[in-house]
This record gives sequence, C-alpha cells and structure tokens, in this order.
Amino acid sequence: MNTDTRSMVRITVNGKVHEQQIDHRSTLLDLLRETLRLTGTKKGCDHGQCGACTVLVDGQRVLSCLKLVVTLDDASVVTIEGLDTDGVHPLQEAFVARDALQCGYCTPGQVCSAIGAMDEARRGWPSLVTPDLANAEVELSTLSREEIRERMSGNLCRCGAYPSIVDAIEDVARQDANGTV
Amino acid sequence: MTSTNQAVTRLDGPDKVTGRARYAVEYGANDVAYAWPVQATCARGRLDRAETDAALAVPGVLDVLTHENVLRLHADGEISPAHMGALPDLLLLQSKDLVFRGQLVAAVIAETPEAAREGAAAVVVVTEAEHARLELTVGDDEAIVPDITNDLSPGHVARGDADRDFADAPVRLDTTYSTAANFAMPMEPHAAMATWDGDRLTVHASDQGPPWTAMTLAGLLGLPPSNVEVVAEYVGGGFGSKAAPRPPIMLAVLAARLVGRPVKVALNRQQSTSLTTYRGPSRQRIRIGAGTDGRISSVIHETTGQTSRLTTYADQTVSATRLMYRAEHCRTTTNVLPLDVPTPAWVRAPGEAPGMFALESAMDELAVQLGMDPIELRVLNEPETDPESGLPFTSRNLVSCLRIGAERFGWSDRRPEPGATSDGRWRLGMGVAAATYPHYLFPSTATARVDSAHRYTVRIGAADIGTGARTALHQIAADALKVPMSDVRIELGRASHGSAPFAGGSMGTASWGAAIESACRELRRRISAGGGIPDEGLEAGAETLEVMTPSNFSRHAYGAHFAAVRVDRDTGEVQVDRMLGVFATGRIINPLTAKSQAVGAMIMGMGMALMEAAEPDTRFGGFVTQDLAGYHVPAHADVRDIDAMFLTEEDPNLGPIAGRGVGEIGIVGTAAAITNAIHNATGIRIKDLPVRAENLLLRVAVKAGER
Ligand code: FES
Ligand code: FES
Repeated sequence: MNTDTRSMVRITVNGKVHEQQIDHRSTLLDLLRETLRLTGTKKGCDHGQCGACTVLVDGQRVLSCLKLVVTLDDASVVTIEGLDTDGVHPLQEAFVARDALQCGYCTPGQVCSAIGAMDEARRGWPSLVTPDLANAEVELSTLSREEIRERMSGNLCRCGAYPSIVDAIEDVARQDANGTV
Repeated sequence: MTSTNQAVTRLDGPDKVTGRARYAVEYGANDVAYAWPVQATCARGRLDRAETDAALAVPGVLDVLTHENVLRLHADGEISPAHMGALPDLLLLQSKDLVFRGQLVAAVIAETPEAAREGAAAVVVVTEAEHARLELTVGDDEAIVPDITNDLSPGHVARGDADRDFADAPVRLDTTYSTAANFAMPMEPHAAMATWDGDRLTVHASDQGPPWTAMTLAGLLGLPPSNVEVVAEYVGGGFGSKAAPRPPIMLAVLAARLVGRPVKVALNRQQSTSLTTYRGPSRQRIRIGAGTDGRISSVIHETTGQTSRLTTYADQTVSATRLMYRAEHCRTTTNVLPLDVPTPAWVRAPGEAPGMFALESAMDELAVQLGMDPIELRVLNEPETDPESGLPFTSRNLVSCLRIGAERFGWSDRRPEPGATSDGRWRLGMGVAAATYPHYLFPSTATARVDSAHRYTVRIGAADIGTGARTALHQIAADALKVPMSDVRIELGRASHGSAPFAGGSMGTASWGAAIESACRELRRRISAGGGIPDEGLEAGAETLEVMTPSNFSRHAYGAHFAAVRVDRDTGEVQVDRMLGVFATGRIINPLTAKSQAVGAMIMGMGMALMEAAEPDTRFGGFVTQDLAGYHVPAHADVRDIDAMFLTEEDPNLGPIAGRGVGEIGIVGTAAAITNAIHNATGIRIKDLPVRAENLLLRVAVKAGER
C-alpha cells in the first residue's frame, strides 16, 4: 500500500495509549472492533443512523462509525468496556435490573449514549423538547421521561426495549442530586 | 421455592451490558480475512463474467470469489426441511441466471475490511439485462394460488358457501387493505465467520437455529453433519430473518474455502435488504356478511402477495381469519405473483401481522356500520369451538383479554363518534383489535450432566436471539433438577449440543423446555438410582420425539390490543399516547422477560402501522429504502406509554411446559388497534400501511368539518 494513505496516530482507549499507523479510511469503530478487539462497541449500520456504535470521545458521546481515526490524534476514547474501572457502572446495573435489553446488540451504545446524555443534562444543555429554550432550566435529577426519550432518540433498539431503557436511565438520573454518578 | 413463574433478571444481562457477550463476527481468529459482496445491478438477466484484475491489484486483496472458482454445492443434499424455501438463495454463484437486483455476483476477500470494500468497487461485472417485472398487481394472469402457504394450510380453503351467503346477507362489508413490505432489520446485521480445518467447518453465525443451519450447510457442502459446527451464542435479533441460513453465512463458508483462511462477512444495511429476505407486501380484500344484529354469517378473505423467481413463498395472511369469529361460511384465498424481486420470507408473525391488520380493521368498519361497540361485536361473534376444525379450544380467553383490557385502558371514556375528542390541534381517539397466534411445538434434544461437586450443566442447541430463552430455560432446568439456579450452568447456541428447533414460530421455550425438563428429570432419576454421583459425574439426554400434545384440540394464543392516539389536525402527524396488550398465552415462565418481548413486539407493530415501508424500486428492482434513514423504525421519541399483561391461565393441553410463546402475538393486533384509533380520532379509515401523514393531511380538518 502507498504509505501516503497511512498516518501515525496516537489515541488513548480506556486509559491505554495506542500509537500506530492508521489507514486513512479506518473508522474508530473498525479500529475498536477489528484492530483492538474491543467488540463491545457494535456496528449496527456503519452509517450514523442507529447509535449502536456510540462511545465517549473526550467525554462526549460520538458515533464511532462516523469518526475517522486519523482525525482523533491525541483524543481519549472510552468504550463500554472502560466505563468503570472498578466494576460495573450504576447504569449498567440499572439496565439489568429493569430488563432494558433483549438481544443486547444496541445495549452498549444505549449505555454510552445515556452516560453522555446525562452529562449533557448535568451541564444544563437543553433539548428539542425543553420548554422555553431561552431560559431553559435543565437538571438531570428531574429530567422528564419525554426529555430522556428525546435525548436518546439517536439510539435505535429493534427489540423495542425503549420503555425499560428510559426506566433505567430515570432510576440513575434521580440519584444524581450530588453528581455522584 | 421454584425458579419458574418468577421475574428473574436476564441471565446474560451482565455480559450484554458490559460488552462481554460475543456476537458472530466478534470472535478472534488468527489470519482472519474479510469478504465484501459484489451485487447484481440488474433485476433480471444473465451474468456474462466478472472481471477481477483491477480488484486483485488492490493492495490487501487476497482473491475474488466468482462463479468460476466457487465450490460446487450439492443442491440436492439433505437439508433441514424448514429450509426448503431458503435453499435457492443459498446456492451462491452456482448459476449465471440473475433473478433479482442485489443478487450476489462475486465477492472480494481481503486482509482488511477497507481493502475488501475497495476491491469490490473495482470488480467489473458484465451482464446481459432483460426486461424485469417488478410491480405487484392484483388479478395478474401470472399469479398462482399456491398448494400450501407458509403455515402449510392450502392456498384455497372454503367451508360452506361464503360467496352465496355474502351476496344475500342483510349487512355487507366489502373492503380492501394493503400493507407495505417490511424488513426485519435486526440491530445486528446478518453476519458470519467461517473457519475450515480440513473438511471440518465451524461457522460463528448470527442465526436463529444453529442445529438446523448446520444440517443444511452439511447437506449443501456434501459433508457429514458431524463435521459442521455452527455457533450462535449471542444473536443481535433476528425476527424470523435469521431463522434459516441466508446468503451471508454461505458466502463466509465459500470465501473461507477459497482462501484457506477464516473469513468474516458482515453485511451492511443496504446489502441486507436484498440478501436477507423481507416481509412481502400484501393486497387484501375482505368481505363480511352479517345480520342486522351483528352476527357474522360469512367471511371472505383474499390476499395477493409476491414471490421471487427462486421459490414460491406465501405468508399465511388469511389463516387467522378462518378461526377468529363464528362464521358458518368462510373462504380464504392466497394468490402469489412471481416477480423479479428478492425472495420474501419470515418476518415476525408472517401473515398473521398483515392479515390481522385487515381483518381487525374490517371488524372495526363493520362495528361502525352497525353502530355497535367494536368490543361487543367481537364478543357477540365469539365461537364456542374452532370454526375451522370444529375442535374445542384448549383455552381461548379472547373475551377476557378484551374485557380486562377495556377496564384497564379506560375504554368507557371513548366516544364512539369519530372526531369527538380533541386537545387543541390534536384529535384524540381510541382503538381496539384482537390478535391470535398458533401454538407450535417441535421435537428437541437436550442433555444434563452433573459432576461430583454437584455442579449441573444443561446443554441445548437452541439460540437465544434476545427472547430471554437462556434465562427461561435456566429456570426450567433448575426446577426440574430441584436445585437453585446458581447450581446450574446452561449452555446453548451450538449445533453440536444436539438437534433443536430454531427460535421462531413462538415455539422455542415450550419445545426446548420440554426436552430440558425431561433430560433433567432423567438425570435426577439416575442420581437416585445410583445412590449418588460417581467421580466422573453423570449425564442424561432426552429427545422429545413426539409433538407432545393431544391432537384433538385447537391451540392458539389470543390477545387484545388497545391504542390511544392523537392526530395533528394540520399536519396529519400521528402520535401514539398509550398502548396496552392483554395476552392469553398459558403459563409464563419469566414475567419480566416475557413482558419485554411482548412490549417489543407491540413497538414493532407500531412501526408497521406508522412508518415501516420497504419501498420497491419498480424501475430498477430491489428496494429504494435501503437503510435506517429511509426505512424508519420506531425510536425512543415515538414510544410513550406501552404496557403488556398476561392473563393467568392454566392449560394442561399445551404440552409439558404449558406455555405458549410470546414472541409474535404482540405484533399481531397492534397495527389495527392504532389505525382503528386513528379512525376514532379523525373519521379517516386507514386502508394502506404504513399510515402516511400525506394521507391524513387536510383530510383531518375536512372530516372534522372545520374547513
Ligand atoms: S453503527 Fe454507527 S450509528 Fe449505526
Ligand atoms: S436489545 Fe436488541 S436491539 Fe436493543
């Protein structure tokens, strides 16, 4: 292969630094799944239409199928495998308790997206359904189900686990009074 | 305390929420290569050749699979009887005839997915295209009435003389409906990794039935069945589309054979629209003859669907009509028109879902015509025995579903006259529909073993595609062994665990559970007969040969669906505020996972009603809507208040497990409940699915007498 089509990229994934030659066509999703063998991040469409590939890049939720690795030099990526270093994230527990999954294929994306969404709400970001956008007061612990649904609508679930996914997010969001999550 | 009949959290939940659960192409393999399909761009014609030089020159490309170098398959080898319809599509590259757009004409195998894809773009395919027939029409000369439809019932069925009775009936309804084609679109697209070791083959596949798939692959490859292992430990949904092996699995097998390395195939959405089947579109006509008191005397249900040139496939669209209501005279006719289109096949409740949309919409129309409450009309026409077979029902309880549902849903708040309730710009309405789904059981095998430390392992070939089967079977095994669940390991999703039916037809848990139960009981018997467990442990197997139920009963699940909708007067936008499903499905092993499945099916039914249309490309073939931006499925924002409940039923005539499956009944009545609610809200009768805002636009306000 012509060496012009590769570049050296330094990227941190779940706290581990990887420095390697990257094919310019490689997406973050394929890097995770095929090269780093972190298969928890799923490929549902490879097109930015389903949310199954959601990961956190520098703290924000991102569709990894739409990110070329070559654009992520010095970025820090957290995947479903790296959400919590000492066990299971409370949201992952809530998903199991609420049966917020069936086949499980959308689940890592739903969880990562929800973590990103909760963080956005914590920072007061409004959504399309937030009343009075100009003077929006958004708080995670009081986020309505409608708000949660809106913010999670980029994550499709063909098994239709939606109501219990919202239950699980609600359970965790309600405990957020002091930002412990 | 027993483990069954309890809400137990999903056994594989922790593995799924942490990303540890491995799906088909997530297994590691040294030296793995990637295959990318090259697909026909014409809908009908002949393949002349695939020019591969440019593709082979792409760095990283290993080889190109073509009709010239492909392994010859044994088209007449012994395959699973369930796969007869799937067979012709599996004979990849064996013929140069092109019969649908998107058919596989070559595949590029490379070191990386990127190189495979670049290589595929470089293959030059030379074809001679011919004129193709692509449009489904009713009354076409080339349409046939098939001998059997998918549920094995004939294409033409009659009792009494429905046509004559209808002609003389005091009250007559003659109405037509259509439903769009639907894709299963499981979140995990069809995928497989094939690994050859000499003449032994292992396929990690996204597949609903590893044992049957292994049998079919062995037959087509001319291998002894024991040489083929199929592994499907985790499957990201299937909804019928993965209940038979589809082309991606065979492509991985053939490509791996060609390059002598493990090969992964993971289709993208576009490819899967033509290579992994779909629910065919339907054009239906229903005639109902009744007395002025609402008693139905005749029903005529006709449907026309499409099939491909490869196989004659017909959904059982009209089957439920023969047993739903007391009607002395009944005729059902299925027509299918062969076209130059991809092969349609199973998608969740194949036939029942589109057919009951039509029947239950017609019942609503009839209720309006008679000025009756739609629930009372159904109750009035409740049969005492199965009107088709004359057999007694093992249990039916449709009336209870309707009554309990009405109470819970607040049906008494509904104003029968359309357009009577509003909330600002929104017109509000409520609708109801009944549902049914047959109870199938199939023979299965299972094994149970115990080691000297009293640890139990139960094995079955079945796959859990998200249904919760792994958990329910774990519960069943623990009860049969009379030990806590924590003492039992359940292993599934491997063909080598023994023959077991696929996860489909809502028959899985009852069929597999029966085999597991008897293997576990036999193991207990051996433990007590031997006075303990020897050092090497003990093992017992079971094979349920018979279809373990008395035959002199009619066995079906029933349900009632309720929907409350709002329709925007100005834009025609529809929102579903609430849905409730009440189901009579016998014993529920795990109320938590069963409810998830029923709610999920109702959400898929909402998609069928309001958004899901696989639009055919009637100029070039295949489908226009090829991805999730064009083929809309429900998202979080669409799904508000949805509830499902199961009646407590004890039915001794359903087989050992005493439960009917819950995977499909949830979709069956949903669409009609929603469109009947739209009628109640607006006075507009939806005849064609999905509902399109443009069909409601303006008409809402006009109907409401406001413009
Ligand atoms: S795989 Fe990235 S959005 Fe679907
Ligand atoms: S759990 Fe199957 S797609 Fe969401």
